[in-house]
Amino acid sequence: MSGRPEHQAPPEIFYGEDEARKYTRNTRMMEIQLVMSERAVELLCLPENQPCHIIDLGCGSGLSGETLTEQGHVWTGVDISSAMLGVAKEREVEGDLLLGDLGQGLPFRAGAFDGAISISALQWLCNADQKSHNPAKRLYTFFSSLYGCLSRGSRAVFQFYPENSSQVELITSQAMKAGFTGGLVVDYPNSTKAKKFFLCLMTGGQQPLPTALGVDSREDAPNCVTFSQKRDRMKQLRAGKAPKKSRDWILEKKERRRRQGKETRDDSKFTGRKRQSHVW
Amino acid sequence: MKLLTHNILTSKCLKGVTVGYPLGIVAKEVKVNEVEFNPEFISRMIQKVDWPALCKAAENLGHLDNLPPAVVDDYENNEEFLKKAHHFLMEIEVINGDLICPETGRKFPVTDGIPNMLANEDEV
Repeated sequence: MSGRPEHQAPPEIFYGEDEARKYTRNTRMMEIQLVMSERAVELLCLPENQPCHIIDLGCGSGLSGETLTEQGHVWTGVDISSAMLGVAKEREVEGDLLLGDLGQGLPFRAGAFDGAISISALQWLCNADQKSHNPAKRLYTFFSSLYGCLSRGSRAVFQFYPENSSQVELITSQAMKAGFTGGLVVDYPNSTKAKKFFLCLMTGGQQPLPTALGVDSREDAPNCVTFSQKRDRMKQLRAGKAPKKSRDWILEKKERRRRQGKETRDDSKFTGRKRQSHVW
Repeated sequence: MKLLTHNILTSKCLKGVTVGYPLGIVAKEVKVNEVEFNPEFISRMIQKVDWPALCKAAENLGHLDNLPPAVVDDYENNEEFLKKAHHFLMEIEVINGDLICPETGRKFPVTDGIPNMLANEDEV
């Protein structure tokens, strides 16, 4: 694995035909996307039992869109990868799809949408995929056009994977410049595995941020990993065998060599004796 | 691309475009689907929809049929009107064709129901 996807290629190339298919067939991936989409819709705080018009930013193959459909909303999705959109079409998702680059701005009329969600897409905007790209400018163009096409009082929720805190800073500053209020909600902040970042942006003036999940240590956290240090130590213990470099291990290894027919020194009381520790 | 989506699409992300609305449509293939009718949703969307643009679009597609020329008063309670609005907004889909910017004439192709709104580097 060569690290973060957005360092390997621009999104429209990374999500080519093969990757698009793999992504959408991977049940673990689909499960994670589903949970994050449901959480994002929850954070949108839409009026209850009212079907809304939502834009899915970086909709990909429609995994997050299906959550929107399930909750009774009508959605439109934008993505830069035609392969991913092709998979979405094959899966016959309900939402209308558009091929577009978020960094070029959203081509919609004022107040067109009641809300926006984005799952695992925003980090792609932080990299310059072409020489002419200026990430800060693209982010600003994106956020200001998004601000324009959202109806007053509606929200935009972005689940994303920030590479570092300066990326978070870059994103939030451009969003604020564009007129949004709001901030970052971090679910399960103490777990490396379960930690998720949600940028919650609001158009209706400063409002309190929703509470994050997994912050109260007594709360039942389904994805939370507890006692991770103990688990690491357990992994390090070699199950059934002697720990490395101990006398027992040395004696076992010498037996193995003899069975292999290799020349091995005889065992003695000095075999594997403790040496005086010194600084190498 | 449903006519609801066309109704909110603009070309204003292009350099030199002020309004960029409404986009003209030249369609080579149009499909009519059956979509579940949701009166509450349609009622709310009618507030956002630009009705003359919807009429123009339906006309360009040759599907003007019995689309009412204007929004009637008290449409929220007029189920017949809502059903007609639903048919035009949600059930007519452009599969292949072009969307045309009214100010620059630039074409955005629609392939397999998906409009390509990607602009070249020198256009933004």
